[in-house]
Amino acid sequence: MVAIEQLTSRRPALVWHKEATLEAADLVIIPGGFSFGDYLRCGALAGRSPIMNALLDHAARGGAVLGICNGFQILTEMAMVPGVLIRNAGLKFTCRNVDLQVCETVASPFSSGLAIQKKLRIPVAHNEGNYFAEPNELEKLNSEGQIIFRYVNGDSFGLPNPNGAADNIAGVLSKNGRVLGMMPHPERAMLNLHGGTDGAHFLLKSLEALLS
Amino acid sequence: MTSELETMNFNNAALMGLSRSEWDLVNKRLGRVPNLCELGIFSAMWSEHCSYKSSKKWLKTLPTDGPQVIEGPGENAGAVDIGGGLAAIFKIESHNHPSFIEPYQGAATGVGGILRDVFTMGARPIALLNALRFGQADHAKTRHLVSGVVSGIGGYGNCIGIPTVGGEVNFHKSYNGNILVNAMAVGLANKDRIFRSAATGPGNPVIYVGAKTGRDGIHGATMASTEFSEETESKRPTVQVGDPFSGKLLMEACLELMAQGSVLSIQDMGAAGLTSSSVEMASKGGLGMEIDLDLVPAREKNMSAYELMLSESQERMLMVLKPSATETARAVFDKWDLDFMPIGQVTKTGRLILLKDGVKACDIPINPLVDDAPEYNRPHVDAPVRAQLASTDIADSRPISQTLKLMLGHVDLASRRWIYEQYDSQVMADTIAGPGGDAALIRVHNSNRGIAICTDCTPRYVEADPKTGGAQAVAEAYRNISAIGATPLAITNNLNFGNPEKPEIMTQLIDSVLGMGDAARKLDTPVVSGNVSLYNETDGQAIQPCPVIGMIGVIEDVEKAIGNGFTSAGHEIFVVGQKDDKNDGWLGASIYQQHFGDSKIYAPPPINLAAEKAHGSFVRQQVLKGNIDSAHDISDGGLVVAVAEMAIKSSFGAEIEVPNLGQLNGWAFGEDQARFLVSAANSSALVAAAKKSGIEITRIGKVSNTRELKFGSTDAISIEELVATYENCIPSLMTKKN
Repeated sequence: MVAIEQLTSRRPALVWHKEATLEAADLVIIPGGFSFGDYLRCGALAGRSPIMNALLDHAARGGAVLGICNGFQILTEMAMVPGVLIRNAGLKFTCRNVDLQVCETVASPFSSGLAIQKKLRIPVAHNEGNYFAEPNELEKLNSEGQIIFRYVNGDSFGLPNPNGAADNIAGVLSKNGRVLGMMPHPERAMLNLHGGTDGAHFLLKSLEALLS
Repeated sequence: MTSELETMNFNNAALMGLSRSEWDLVNKRLGRVPNLCELGIFSAMWSEHCSYKSSKKWLKTLPTDGPQVIEGPGENAGAVDIGGGLAAIFKIESHNHPSFIEPYQGAATGVGGILRDVFTMGARPIALLNALRFGQADHAKTRHLVSGVVSGIGGYGNCIGIPTVGGEVNFHKSYNGNILVNAMAVGLANKDRIFRSAATGPGNPVIYVGAKTGRDGIHGATMASTEFSEETESKRPTVQVGDPFSGKLLMEACLELMAQGSVLSIQDMGAAGLTSSSVEMASKGGLGMEIDLDLVPAREKNMSAYELMLSESQERMLMVLKPSATETARAVFDKWDLDFMPIGQVTKTGRLILLKDGVKACDIPINPLVDDAPEYNRPHVDAPVRAQLASTDIADSRPISQTLKLMLGHVDLASRRWIYEQYDSQVMADTIAGPGGDAALIRVHNSNRGIAICTDCTPRYVEADPKTGGAQAVAEAYRNISAIGATPLAITNNLNFGNPEKPEIMTQLIDSVLGMGDAARKLDTPVVSGNVSLYNETDGQAIQPCPVIGMIGVIEDVEKAIGNGFTSAGHEIFVVGQKDDKNDGWLGASIYQQHFGDSKIYAPPPINLAAEKAHGSFVRQQVLKGNIDSAHDISDGGLVVAVAEMAIKSSFGAEIEVPNLGQLNGWAFGEDQARFLVSAANSSALVAAAKKSGIEITRIGKVSNTRELKFGSTDAISIEELVATYENCIPSLMTKKN
């Protein structure tokens, strides 16, 4: 919320999970967190909150949705983006900066302002960020341009990515490019004081595309 | 079970940890023999954990006042003025015994408990830290305990969404059977809207909110007040179970209700649960309380009065509300799906009256529970006198670079990344400096003001000389806060010791409190909150004494703060607080001695508090003036380890000039206090300022562009080689197969 205010000088509306209707919105963001404590499968309960029918309607009308971290997990639970997120390969929570590479995608407000192959440094903080989809599904995601971010440069322990994600996937789009789920937290890379502004760059470009 | 109303005898009391004289006093104050519930309440309130009976006499000697202090010890947490109309509210607390029995839940509930202490005061928590001590790295249980405690701390903090931004971890064989898990929380509140716990207004409703009460943690405070033995495993049911999601709901509901102005007083149900919360609220208000235990929301059937009063189920609060506000308050808790139950009222009687099944299960005067809690002046002895160790007593012909590599690859000094990456250190996006710095730095939301926080203690110094060790913990924290450019404000302490009934342990406690008090007075950092954890022994073996200091400081503009990694090649490197001609150093009780010396206990480096204050203030001023680009406190491992840490944190190397006389192990690895390592682009301004202030400063080299550390002209090592050993140590320990 602070991040969006910083970039647009507009205050986003907060919507309580027990509500049933969504007002018309340029973008709905499902932020990170531990909805219902993640005691059951991550995002499973939140994906069935009363508000979620309205979210499905919003997406069906072509509305844009961004799910970050737990928000991504919720989107996969609702099948609004393909695949699932399972326990990190190391079976541990991990919080650190990671390098992402922007991939070529289907037409999408989330990628239209980003240069293909551009590197972004944005932190991750999660316990279940290990992206999984069947091999034929992965192939389809590739060919349809639904993979937007891949982890690159590996990590300090010599692993290719922080969580074991298939094909190094850090973020995926819906088929129509209007819904994005991503594990990294762009709202934590908004200022030089945060150690970088790549998150602000990504969000700003997305908002420019959505608000134009 | 026989009727709860049956009277007890001394055997029952002894099983609950009361001494004969304490049992006699209970009977005298009550004018009759107590029943089970009443005895349980007395034993919990008079336990070491709740009454501080062994330490109180000495805690009173600590400085607790200052212009910055809003709330000193006695409330749920301490509060200090940080400017801008805000108060920082903070405290550290131990969860040692539960964490040894059940590491994940023990550590998780430690975090949950300290967070409740902070938001009970009306503060929104902004940061968590910890201080951990584990047994030897190769001890059979250590890996299990490290992995459980770390994931428990992360499990609670990450889920509730408060960043874990710093802490310290060490390993020593004395903790093999008794680990230490101390958690610290810091919150922010409007300084005119701090909530306290004294009950007010007879007739006002007493409300129970939060999670339901179960049979977990019954008599945990008493368990925390005895030594460990093999039988402790059977006490697993006394460990509470954490529920961070309920904790989050409770926090949001309480803060929302407090903002409405209907809360008169509020108290967290921590150790000794409903007992200590009701007794403390009534006692502080000079009033009484009447509670109908049949109204307490219970998770299990047929819980007795004793169980309901002594349960330590988590995520619960007790509040006194304005009578007119009950229904609006209920609506807030309904919104957050939490229990909200008026269970009684404040009375004028000065008595705690509990009803169960319509019958009085307890009727006791409140004053004796608090005021007559025993205070002991336990026997103690003189602290042992330790011999000094000369650097030449340890022969060392290794090049500095090779000694350094050995030390950095050992668990004492190796990278803590494996641990801190399991903590979400950034959630809420106000973390400017997280784990790995001298102090963590958190921005006050929507402002440029920052709060600097650190935890420190060097148990091997405290063991060698408790007074020096107690002072050193404060001095090191003072340096850590100063190194990033912040002004130290106040401290919270967590005194972890063995059995105070042993005179030599009591000496450790007394002397380290005296040393700590002395340092806190001279460095203007009063003690505003704290916790004492005694009986940290297993089968008669006491831990290395560990009086942990948590310190906070403030910086007006976070943009001016600096880190502890070099920032540019060509910058010159100085030691602040060290004379030009120094070519030796203090190796007694150092990490170097642990590795390369004998196993005797030698005198630790002395503390000069005037020098600490002068050097810390100088560094802080120079950081704020922009004359210093990076700074690092010189502590464990000495000068050369500090150089290596600053290089590892950066993308640069360093060329260090070494003295050309004498054996250099003391110069390189001595742990002389009151020193900082700094790098500066504008070195002439820094040197001139030092001269003007009469501060000793020595140039020792410069930052280089090659990823290499050079000591003199012939000894060099690549940073990559150091990083490999530094980063691999803990991960490889944690994945080793037995």
